[in-house]
Amino acid sequence: MAAEDKKLANGATHIDFQTDPSRYRHWKLAVDGEIATLTMDVDENGGLFDGYQLKLNSYDLGVDIELADALQRLRFEHPQVKAVLLRSGKNRVFCAGANIRMLAGATHAHKVNFCKFTNETRNGIEDSSANSGQHFICVVNGTAAGGGYELALAADHIVLVDDGSAAVSLPEVPLLAVLPGTGGLTRVTDKRKVRRDHADYFCTFEEGVKGKRAVQWRLVDEVVPNSKLEARVADRARAFAAASKRDAQGEGIKLTPLMRTIEGDSIRYRFVGADIDRAARTATISIKAPEVPPPADPEAVVVQGAAFWPLQVARELDDAILHLRLNELEIAVLVFKSEGDPAQVLAYDAVLDACKDNWFVNEVRHFWKRVLKRVDVTSRTLVALIEPGSCFAGSLAELVFAADRAYMLIGSRQGDNRAPPKLMLSAMNFGPYPMSHGLTRLQSRFQADPSELDRVKARLGQPLDAETAEELGLVTFALDDIDWDDEVRVFFEARTSFSPDSLTGLEANLRFVGPETMESKIFARLTAWQNWIFQRPNAVGEAGALQRYGTGERPQFDMTRV
Amino acid sequence: MNIMNVDYTTKIPNNVNLTEDRQVLKALEGWHPGYLDWWNDMGPEGFQESLVYLRTAVSVDPKGWAKFDYVRMPEYRWGVLLAPQEEGRLVNFGQHMGEKAWQEVPGEYRAMLRRLVVIQGDTEPASVEQQRHLGKTAPSLYDMRNLFQVNVEEGRHLWAMVYLLQKYFGRDGREEADDLLRRRSGDADSPRMLGAFNEATPDWLSFFMFTFFTDRDGKMQLESLAQSGFDPLSRTCRFMLTEEAHHMFVGETGVGRILRRTCEAMREAGIDDPHEVERVRALGVIDLPTMQKKVNLHYSLSLDLFGSEVSTNAANFYNAGLKGRFQETRLRDDHRLTGDTYPVLKWVDGAIKLVDEPALTALNMRLRDDYTNDCNKGIERWNKIVKALGVDFEFALPHTAFHRQIGEFKNMHATAGGEIVSDAQWKKVRDDFLPSTEDGDFIASLMTPVSEPGEFASWIAPPKVGIDNKPGDFEYVKISE
Repeated sequence: MAAEDKKLANGATHIDFQTDPSRYRHWKLAVDGEIATLTMDVDENGGLFDGYQLKLNSYDLGVDIELADALQRLRFEHPQVKAVLLRSGKNRVFCAGANIRMLAGATHAHKVNFCKFTNETRNGIEDSSANSGQHFICVVNGTAAGGGYELALAADHIVLVDDGSAAVSLPEVPLLAVLPGTGGLTRVTDKRKVRRDHADYFCTFEEGVKGKRAVQWRLVDEVVPNSKLEARVADRARAFAAASKRDAQGEGIKLTPLMRTIEGDSIRYRFVGADIDRAARTATISIKAPEVPPPADPEAVVVQGAAFWPLQVARELDDAILHLRLNELEIAVLVFKSEGDPAQVLAYDAVLDACKDNWFVNEVRHFWKRVLKRVDVTSRTLVALIEPGSCFAGSLAELVFAADRAYMLIGSRQGDNRAPPKLMLSAMNFGPYPMSHGLTRLQSRFQADPSELDRVKARLGQPLDAETAEELGLVTFALDDIDWDDEVRVFFEARTSFSPDSLTGLEANLRFVGPETMESKIFARLTAWQNWIFQRPNAVGEAGALQRYGTGERPQFDMTRV
Repeated sequence: MNIMNVDYTTKIPNNVNLTEDRQVLKALEGWHPGYLDWWNDMGPEGFQESLVYLRTAVSVDPKGWAKFDYVRMPEYRWGVLLAPQEEGRLVNFGQHMGEKAWQEVPGEYRAMLRRLVVIQGDTEPASVEQQRHLGKTAPSLYDMRNLFQVNVEEGRHLWAMVYLLQKYFGRDGREEADDLLRRRSGDADSPRMLGAFNEATPDWLSFFMFTFFTDRDGKMQLESLAQSGFDPLSRTCRFMLTEEAHHMFVGETGVGRILRRTCEAMREAGIDDPHEVERVRALGVIDLPTMQKKVNLHYSLSLDLFGSEVSTNAANFYNAGLKGRFQETRLRDDHRLTGDTYPVLKWVDGAIKLVDEPALTALNMRLRDDYTNDCNKGIERWNKIVKALGVDFEFALPHTAFHRQIGEFKNMHATAGGEIVSDAQWKKVRDDFLPSTEDGDFIASLMTPVSEPGEFASWIAPPKVGIDNKPGDFEYVKISE
């Protein structure tokens, strides 16, 4: 099964990240008052690509897209939910992890994108718990192997059935010659604080650990016999719900389907558009400012729901980024542009700041944070072009700070009567949108001299022209009309001539300045170790473990330690 | 010490030189009290004090391994007996073919081997648990004795697997050995590992069907483990097979005697049509269509024990040289199978088709096919009995797709003939193919104990020959009041 031959199932032409519960094939979402149950019951024949079956609740990207959708809906559509039970619909199997045949047949790029997305989803589970008061209890009713245990690790509390068989395991090393790529190693040591020698044993013992030892080693929180399971799970759900700080009244908002058209090389949403230039290997993502002022009070914001501009833009941008990541692999550069009145953008930011105690506004803020994090870990060169007519203000300005380079035009262009571009800052640039390593993009930017951050903060709400922005360190270069076209063109041409691999490594290294968190370590280690191992013949060569898996033949390893 | 003579010098009879293996001896002695507790809790209920005429293995010598005497079951001498070691035995298949057979566990296969031993081990005590109430409704002392023989030998097979775990798998092995006593058939908290071993064995017809069909799966598994390149496992299983043959015998002759009695009763009453169920039942015998339904049930449950048709585990076990094919060394091929294919029944585009799969991953299917052939031989012998008695009825195995919980056909309903039907249709015809509650009630109504020596319940014929050539009125079990 050569990677190039992989065909999307059911004649699909691209991977679609849009779904809703009525279309789920692998998950069931049930809500009962404060407690929701997310049941994984993977349809074997529902793989995203042809050529493999999703046995034993193993998953591919399609399964995870549904999970991500369900998590999102729990936060927005179910404000009353305070505890979520993560369970399996299969008998004596929780989840067997990522589907190995899918991995063996996938391109390297797809494997990495798959791991990245599943990591983002699991981080999302932890984000729901930390910031939305939706706490996760994972009920491991049988085998939880590899990615199955990694999914459990994302929960706040893991209950393992004590039936003499059910076990948690990370068998990647002994079985597949790769690593648990969805945060498994990091969460075992950094989140659950499993002792490192225990972790070493655990990760090299394919059958995993069950019963009391799983508790003693901190791999799970408790083991419960089947006959007491339902009562215990109900107790735990009630206790977590009672401890939740989620304070949401009233109805949820409906995450209505995004209006999206894909025609040729252009993707259009209401406020976001993406235009692909295949020859230049760039995609330009343009974002439009809101056309009307924001609602006056939080109640009116909730009434707007999915049409509330910051939410709608975040959803559209998220979908566009994911679409480009998974479906447009040869695009080297994502160019961010914006259009509209920056004052309107700031007006919405003011609502996001003033109404942050409202549950819905809180969700929107955290969603923006996650979308921006997704941008941060997107392995394409990110460029912001700040031109006349643009509205890089507040939340949208974060895209400028997320970019590897930002170019801003000084003055106007000849023959263009629009005013010179202005960059504007809001409270949203100073805290609500931390990167995965815990710092805001501006904090990251001014590591050398934190006083520069104060200098920038003093200009909050002011329109900043190109020279000022350059002087404050907010853009890479301010260029006038005479230099602009050539400078930008030469930059793009040079950039797209470099090795994509070295650029991915370079950008990932430079974007995350300063400290590490568990979340940033998960991505960093995925990049550094897993992606290396996933390229090595010991894993993916013809006699490597992933190719040999399932054939019965043993892999052959090059025994050189590198 | 002569390896052919069981060593009774220690608490545990064995031919593996336990006296010089202090560590294993100690581990087994530690496990022994737990085993006895398990036997007393879960072994045959109500007959622990009775004297049962049982055979005990006193030697692995073909002439001497079956010695008969009266014994109380808790005092049965469960031992550790392995077939004699063959000098110069090799790994006979897989990537290590031609290498010397392993006398110790190879580190890289430790987890796989332990899993094989644990799964096999888990089935042995399970059937004892499933059958523990049957003594009370035995149709004769002869049958009661056979039941207990099967039970104590399953107990001994557990010992054999536990010995392997304790000798070769260190601390994990000891923990697994303890867990074998902890899991219980049908228990909600810690069930046995495989589905068929959590089903109830409510009556004697079920018991005979179980020993015919499900123990035959055990036989096939033991046959393929007897091929193992891990020599201690091979030797253990080879000896277990000599005992397993008796279990097949109990099943096949048990069912044969029931249908013989039914046919005789029909003839005496002048009933020609075996489908006149009510008239036949009125004779106090089990009608043949109901027997066919039991065949359908037990055969399909047993097919599930072979696992998915296409299996990575099976491929790994074979290639590693740990679990071979049925009669591996008699097969004429390269014994590696890396480029070969094997036809597998699959559900393709709305039809059941044979599809060529890589032979390595199709090993479960292959073993299952061998099993089906083996079952068919027994079915033919049953049909001969029926035919000889002039009744127009033929037993047949149901289609592979019928009533499956595991593998290619688990998500659909098929009739015994292999016709795929909708959920709604299945509901209507289910009772035509599987025992209904009424069928079960009827069989249960016949289950009244007969405990006079030489007497048999109305629904079962006496055996042609007694155990150990004993006369018909031999008191196989001296029931303790």
